[in-house]
Amino acid sequence: MLMSAEPREISFAEVNDDVVRSLVVTGRGYYVTLATSVAVMFACFLFPWSFQLYYGLGASGINHPGVWGTYLASFIFWIGLSHSGTLLSCVLHITNSSWRKAMYRSAEAMTLFSLLVAATMVMVHVGRPWFIHWTVPYPNQMEMWPNFRSPLMFDVMAVTTYLTGSTIFIYMGTIPDFAAVRDRTAGWRHNMYVLLSLGWRGTDTEWHRLHWAYTFLAVLIVPLAVSVHSIVSWDFALSIVPALHQTIFAPYFVVGAIYSGTAGIVTVMFMLRKYMGFGHYITKLHFDNLGKLLLVLSLLWTYINVVELFTGWYSGASTEYEALGYRLFGFYAPLYWEMILFCAVAPLILISKRFRTSFVPMLVLSILINIGMYTERFLIVATSLPRQYLPDAWGHYIPSMVEISIMVGSLAMFVTLFLLFVKIFPSVSIYEVKETFPEPEPDDSPGSAAVSDNGVT
Amino acid sequence: MSFISDFRAKWQEYRRPGYYEEFDYAWTMTVDLDRCTGCGACVTACQAENNTPIVGEDAYAKGRQMQWIRIERYWEGEFPDIKLRFIPMLCQQCDAAPCETVCPVSATYHNQDGLNAQVYNRCIGTRSCAVYCPYEVRYFNYNNHHWDSPLDQQLNPDVSVREKGVMEKCTFCIQRIRQAKDHAKDDNRRRVRDGEVQPACVQTCSSEALVFGNRLDPESQVSASMNDPRAYHVLEELNTDPSVVYLKKVDANVG
Repeated sequence: MLMSAEPREISFAEVNDDVVRSLVVTGRGYYVTLATSVAVMFACFLFPWSFQLYYGLGASGINHPGVWGTYLASFIFWIGLSHSGTLLSCVLHITNSSWRKAMYRSAEAMTLFSLLVAATMVMVHVGRPWFIHWTVPYPNQMEMWPNFRSPLMFDVMAVTTYLTGSTIFIYMGTIPDFAAVRDRTAGWRHNMYVLLSLGWRGTDTEWHRLHWAYTFLAVLIVPLAVSVHSIVSWDFALSIVPALHQTIFAPYFVVGAIYSGTAGIVTVMFMLRKYMGFGHYITKLHFDNLGKLLLVLSLLWTYINVVELFTGWYSGASTEYEALGYRLFGFYAPLYWEMILFCAVAPLILISKRFRTSFVPMLVLSILINIGMYTERFLIVATSLPRQYLPDAWGHYIPSMVEISIMVGSLAMFVTLFLLFVKIFPSVSIYEVKETFPEPEPDDSPGSAAVSDNGVT
Repeated sequence: MSFISDFRAKWQEYRRPGYYEEFDYAWTMTVDLDRCTGCGACVTACQAENNTPIVGEDAYAKGRQMQWIRIERYWEGEFPDIKLRFIPMLCQQCDAAPCETVCPVSATYHNQDGLNAQVYNRCIGTRSCAVYCPYEVRYFNYNNHHWDSPLDQQLNPDVSVREKGVMEKCTFCIQRIRQAKDHAKDDNRRRVRDGEVQPACVQTCSSEALVFGNRLDPESQVSASMNDPRAYHVLEELNTDPSVVYLKKVDANVG
């Protein structure tokens, strides 16, 4: 199936060569990019955050009615971005879609790193992050539990569970690849992969158990992923803030999360293809399939957005009208219509197969979608809180420079983590990609070591 | 199975709506809008009593004022045919408080007097309580505040000074309530007498628009005031069950 898009034959040995090369051979461009992103992370994330820790949250733009700001928007955005990776990978694994195999590793890594960034955003968001451990139920001298009724507490549970689940999932799926790389490397890398591969030998029993456990986890993670973003949405929906107190919020957030996550995967796929030399593995077929998924999700997302507006309108409550009016025609109206343009109108072009199979337009669209999705999260926070029940307490929320800088810095943090990942983890699954190729003729020459150590024959 | 039945009994006790009606006291305030002149003395008194910081011009312009009680102003009509309505707004000490359910660390909880208490030392500053509060009466410490000399001399020793990153709000002057209860105990009396305790705003109100007391005591001044036909709750449709009762302003011009 993979061959149909790119007719060149790839032998099993070449897969190993390509993947190991991506780990071992490092060009100058990589170091420059890594140094830049680390520098940006320090300058735009750690420095402003230290200032904020010292000064207090007054460093951000939050004020009396608008007490939540871009930090929370970023948190939702990163949680959302995390959604497609592991979830998509699990769903496609369960449904036996073989096109998943070339891209799932990096998609899962995206999940992991965006979850880590999201957790950091929570630390940035709260007023006293040095006490954040109080949200976790652990035996303590104060004899205090966290508040089990609080949606924020559910959040802590859901995010940590999802983080644990997806970490185990990505690690377990990589063990055979670690072993393959272990057998092809030397020096400190070899030692590292000896540890990481947990003594994998590629026996039939090992393969059998891996497959069983992998499928088990995949089934386990799907409901988990859906619940995580539903729970994040309850932070808003369980309040009585006009325009947030809606039952549509859980599906709205889940669809939005998968939508922005899928767009994120397209972006990452493009980068891997272009800069890591995986052009033979990540093909037009993947972009075509992801494009179809994006189209469906954009339609769903648009539908839910319309439902959200109508729910407010039909309520007939003056507070809901005010909130709607402020969002659609108020101070942030240009952002709202930008979001509609990027997330509801622009993706309609995906109906054309020619568009779906051209790489650069897909990259541009995927970035536009994620800009639109960030805007969505920002608007949820910034347009509802300043317009609540008592008009005397109405206000405006405008992000400060510290917030904007931290927003950029969190992106740099994500990029840094991803850059480190591609040098440690085989970012294309060696053994699963081979499963999609036709079986080679038996080859007894001594040069074909690559096949034997994985036993995928 | 005794563990389960214990749990069930406790659950039923605390899940029953209105269980707090059987508490020792149910502190309540009434605000008579007919008497209120909007002078703002209560705002000042509260600021002096509760060590509420003076944030300064810049922070005020950013919308970061700290006023546990504020006078909300609503203009009606166009100049010159213009009318001003005002309403003092403070923490309503809701019995079904949205802010209490959302705090992940239980920093805000319902105490045995029906008060909506805030534990500053427990607060981690998620600010979700302020989002959930429909009355917008929770105030966040955006930074550490300082009191220029000699203002630091007038800080109330009975009230803690809050650090950055902590949420705060009206407590019905809980320090005074505690003191009154201690006095009552020392006098070998069981209960606090009506009028024995008053929050700073009530004490200072020159037109006696504010009345404070225990609504469980049918003889108390506040019970009488609550039963006025003009009584209403702000945003009653939200079912927060507030402990602050407003008495409607009688408008002679409404025809």
